[in-house]
Amino acid sequence: MQTTKMRTQNITHKSGILQKKSLFDRSILKQALIDSLKKFNFKTQIKNPVMFVVFVGTIITAIESAAKPGLFSISITIWLALTIEFANFAEAVAEGRGKAQADTLKKMRTESNARLLNSDNFEQIVPSSQLKKGDVVICEANDIIPSDGEIIEGIASIDESAITGESAPVVRESGGDRSAVTGGTKVLSDRILVKITAEKGETFLDKMINLVEGANRQKTPNEIALTILLAALTIVFLPVVVSLQFFAHYANTSIATVTLISLLVCLIPTTIGALLSAIGIAGMDRLLQKNVLALSGRAVEAAGDVQTLLLDKTGTITFGNRMATNFIPLGNYTEKNVASYAQLSSLSDETPEGRSIVILAKNKFNMREHELKNELGKDFEFIEFSAATRMSGINYEGNKIRKGAAAFVAKWVTEQGGTIPEELATLTDTISKNGSTPLAVAVNANIVGVIELKDVVKDGIKERFNQLRTMGIKTIMITGDNPLTAAAIAQEAGVDDFLAEATPETKMKLIKEEQGSGKLVAMTGDGTNDAPALAQADVGVAMNSGTTAAKEAGNMVDLDSNPTKLIDVVEVGKQLLITRGSLTTFSIANDVAKYFAIIPALFSSTYPELNALNIMKLHTPQSAILSAVIFNALVIIALIPLALRGVKFKPQSATAVLKRNILIYGLGGLIVPFVGIKVIDLLVTFLHAY
Amino acid sequence: MSFFLTLFVLFVALAISWRFLGSYMAGVYQGNVKFLYRFEKIIYTILDIDPNSEQTWKGYGLSVIVFSGISLIFTYAILRFQNVLPLNPVHFGSVSPALAFNTSVSFVTNTNWQNYAGETTMSYLSQMIGLTVQQFVSASVGLAISITLIRGLARKKSSYIGNFWVDLIRGILYILLPIAFIGGIIFVAQGALQTLSGPMTVHDVLNNTTQVIPRGPVGFMESIKQLGTNGGGFFNANGSDPFENPTPLTLILSVFLLLVIPFSLTYTFGKMVGSIKQGIAILMAMIIIFGISLGIGVYAEMQPNPAVAATHLVYQSSGNMVGKETRFGALDTALYNIASTQTSTGSISGANDSFTPLGGLILLSGMMLGEVSPGGVGSGLYTILLFALIAVFIGGLMIGRTPEYLGKKIQAKEVKLAALGVLIMPITVLVLTALAVSVKAGVGEISNLGPHGFSEILYSYTSQANNNGSAFAGLNGNTAFYNITGAIAMLLGRFGVIIPVLALSGSLSTKQIVPTTLGTFKTDNSTFTFLVVAVIVIVGGLTFFPSLSLGPIIEMFFHRKFF
Repeated sequence: MQTTKMRTQNITHKSGILQKKSLFDRSILKQALIDSLKKFNFKTQIKNPVMFVVFVGTIITAIESAAKPGLFSISITIWLALTIEFANFAEAVAEGRGKAQADTLKKMRTESNARLLNSDNFEQIVPSSQLKKGDVVICEANDIIPSDGEIIEGIASIDESAITGESAPVVRESGGDRSAVTGGTKVLSDRILVKITAEKGETFLDKMINLVEGANRQKTPNEIALTILLAALTIVFLPVVVSLQFFAHYANTSIATVTLISLLVCLIPTTIGALLSAIGIAGMDRLLQKNVLALSGRAVEAAGDVQTLLLDKTGTITFGNRMATNFIPLGNYTEKNVASYAQLSSLSDETPEGRSIVILAKNKFNMREHELKNELGKDFEFIEFSAATRMSGINYEGNKIRKGAAAFVAKWVTEQGGTIPEELATLTDTISKNGSTPLAVAVNANIVGVIELKDVVKDGIKERFNQLRTMGIKTIMITGDNPLTAAAIAQEAGVDDFLAEATPETKMKLIKEEQGSGKLVAMTGDGTNDAPALAQADVGVAMNSGTTAAKEAGNMVDLDSNPTKLIDVVEVGKQLLITRGSLTTFSIANDVAKYFAIIPALFSSTYPELNALNIMKLHTPQSAILSAVIFNALVIIALIPLALRGVKFKPQSATAVLKRNILIYGLGGLIVPFVGIKVIDLLVTFLHAY
Repeated sequence: MSFFLTLFVLFVALAISWRFLGSYMAGVYQGNVKFLYRFEKIIYTILDIDPNSEQTWKGYGLSVIVFSGISLIFTYAILRFQNVLPLNPVHFGSVSPALAFNTSVSFVTNTNWQNYAGETTMSYLSQMIGLTVQQFVSASVGLAISITLIRGLARKKSSYIGNFWVDLIRGILYILLPIAFIGGIIFVAQGALQTLSGPMTVHDVLNNTTQVIPRGPVGFMESIKQLGTNGGGFFNANGSDPFENPTPLTLILSVFLLLVIPFSLTYTFGKMVGSIKQGIAILMAMIIIFGISLGIGVYAEMQPNPAVAATHLVYQSSGNMVGKETRFGALDTALYNIASTQTSTGSISGANDSFTPLGGLILLSGMMLGEVSPGGVGSGLYTILLFALIAVFIGGLMIGRTPEYLGKKIQAKEVKLAALGVLIMPITVLVLTALAVSVKAGVGEISNLGPHGFSEILYSYTSQANNNGSAFAGLNGNTAFYNITGAIAMLLGRFGVIIPVLALSGSLSTKQIVPTTLGTFKTDNSTFTFLVVAVIVIVGGLTFFPSLSLGPIIEMFFHRKFF
């Protein structure tokens, strides 16, 4: 059963439908500008405590400058309003791409007709919106599947590009783990009966639209914790600034309200406050770029915390199928003999293993399959593989050639009256220990040799595991192989541990053990029997090709059905947190320079001596305050690309990552505003504003 | 003894104590030290305490509140009724309600802010049973709270954080009493007073004047005053009075006593969480702030006094000697006063008010940074751990993991509690200072106008909200306004931090411990130490920079120099 396309080779995924537009596409920016202005309301602003303070501050300065119009107070009011606008814009841009994608998806949801099979087995045309859970519909070539369902009869090739962006059709059939179909996809051939599994509004497509739109985006745990810290920093600066007015009165002076509000806005962490939600939305969006649908933001964050990755051997660590790598002759036969007989006996074997034998013979000894077919003439008969015989072969010019599982071939040879060479047992043992599978090749009553079928470990996977190890993530390979084979492959691939002869129960047990020791576990799965483990894991990535049960149990769905994606998911999760942490550090470090700009300006008339703190030598008190406010606003715009793309992440140890980010965002955050405010002050002065 | 030799001896003594006292204290709170168990058991029987039962954070917190409440009422009552109680040889009258309230709050909260002169206000009973008892128990409460936070970090999936009564009694019995006893003997041996015989009248024939010299049980009180980072002395002149602090040796002993428990607790912490290196990282953060402050402060006091220099009359070869005792000199006095403001002690051996502007700024900054270098007994550790949690949170995000400290995830609840514990102090100080500079009851009591008067008020609330107790002088605090607002500052500064810390202990102890991997944020290396120091300095700096620039900083610029 070869149903999914073999596309496991590329660790980096290809583009899907969800990647049509660049981050800063002109149409997205235009829409974002409109949306950002709509966010200028009480209800939206109050959700973000930091920006809400700016919002209220702007209203007060607006009233002040209306009462006593002046260039300074008007300029401050405009720049405070711009600060909010920039924050709105950042969020709108982050949402923009999702909205554009949602629009595309919504078009697919448009009304179509379904061919409902009613209780009397008659076909009846109904609008797809009337379908209920449990209904059975008929889908034939060129039909759009009306809703999510399970194939209960038949097999069909289906174009899922609308959902996955993958243009190659996939095969879905009743029974087993490849029976789920998604509403909105198109049947290309054959006829299937589909039992509907989702009510209207709860289909995969609906969920996807909600998700990319960010309609009910919930704040994630770390985001909540950070919001609390930012709120605390905002709250503490309120008495800092308000008390200053009382201190000023004591010093027989008074500070203009506009100036105090400017100081407050400069001190509270507006940079991170403005970008926080954009970072979160962009993080989900980055996962979407990788064709992974995260059903909760919580899962994305958890991905960054994962300490144990459970990886299925097949498809993730090795190419899905075993491939012939070696022909080993026995007795007087040569390698070429083995290759030749092996190829002949595999001509009828359409399994990937069989194909790989034909190809290996062709590569090694230049035996061309089609020529062979020509040479065969008419005197031959293919013996198809059967589960009972565990062999395939050919009867050709009176010779019976067979290849198959060593034990079965040996039994067949004995039945033919031949003897089994003693080397066979030792040879097959050695091959098994290496993690490979031995197949025996026989002609009539003689064993010719052995074919070594190997699980080929993907290129670059070992380096990937090394990177994960430096990040402190343990990899565990899950395989149904026996422990010997598993150990050999685990060694070759460089995983930290393996679970051999895995069953859903042992898998579940392993997850619980890891979690019991305090670790967060991520896994991928596609079968119905994976569902409990997917639900138990902290991050469960279900393959889109998998069953509905698996998709419902996991908290992410990989549209590409590529298990290697798990590693990307972990990186996106980490990047999300790093971006938040780094911008918080940057934001707080910025305050130092702003103090040096504003404090001397506040008391310039009462305490001219304080001008010694004006180390940036800003022109006038007004230009100093205005420059700080302008810098504070512009830095938000400047950081939007970083917030949306995420801080660069390199797989390194925690300490190395920390040092790097402290240096860039801590030290950088300390220095940049000194330069920025000075430059703006020069510009403001140049424009003769003050 | 040269100053550097003094520092060296102090360093060695503290280093040895850090290792052995630190380890011993861990043993005390883990119940492994039992040599006084017989006494312990009697106390448990009398108080009907089951030493083996533990409390949740709420139960523990309730016990702390009940105990402190009873302490407060008890102390208040003694001060109010000292006129009718025994051991009052001078027949002092009852202490006024506002002052008695302020003073009892002050000693219960380990602040020891004194709006009175001890020798002319308090009876021996008030000094001994009222104030000195609180110097023991309030220190033990602080220790106990810090231990709960350590337990919270060390325990796995437990809702219990210890038994308050057991922790309180063990702290007094095994740690404070023995050390204070030995220290007291040295003080008395060096010439500190210890008597109940009442004041002495001396007739000076030569000048034909009669002088009344107050006396009292001073020496042993002096010992616990420093050891418990209390700071409240018997006499008004505190550690500059020769009856309290007679010799340079007692000066060094004082500095040793007030630093020893706060520093050593980092070893206790490391030992109880299973990694001494974790304790060292915190210790280093304390040492860095302490070292830099001491260096700047001592250097500032080595400079001539700017006001005296302006007269061109005196050649000041030995630094700024204004307000300092000649038997100690500028350097030792600076060491004493800086150590006592870097801890929440607040005792003085020279006038803080007469320090150079930069020296005065160092005294203030020690408190404004939250009293964490090394801070008060227990309170220093638990406060710096709050800063550490914030550092862990920001740093943890920067490495891309849900932040965790010692395997405990730092989530919304922990951030909320840590931020509350850290920010309650600056908010209290700023709001009360703003109030005091705006009302006549506040401004009317300062002796200097302008920035210096502002510094006096700012200093008083900073000192009280940090439970330090040192004063900048110049401010007449014994008024209803200052007594009451000061008491509010002290209560908020103490219990406004203790309650969040206990809640934090409770929340942390219920958590699972995440195993350490290469991806774990390391909290036992110099990077983390740096991060903790940065968070402390930035939070302190950002909250107090504006007010500092209107007080000590502008004064510096007035003098056109920093000293």
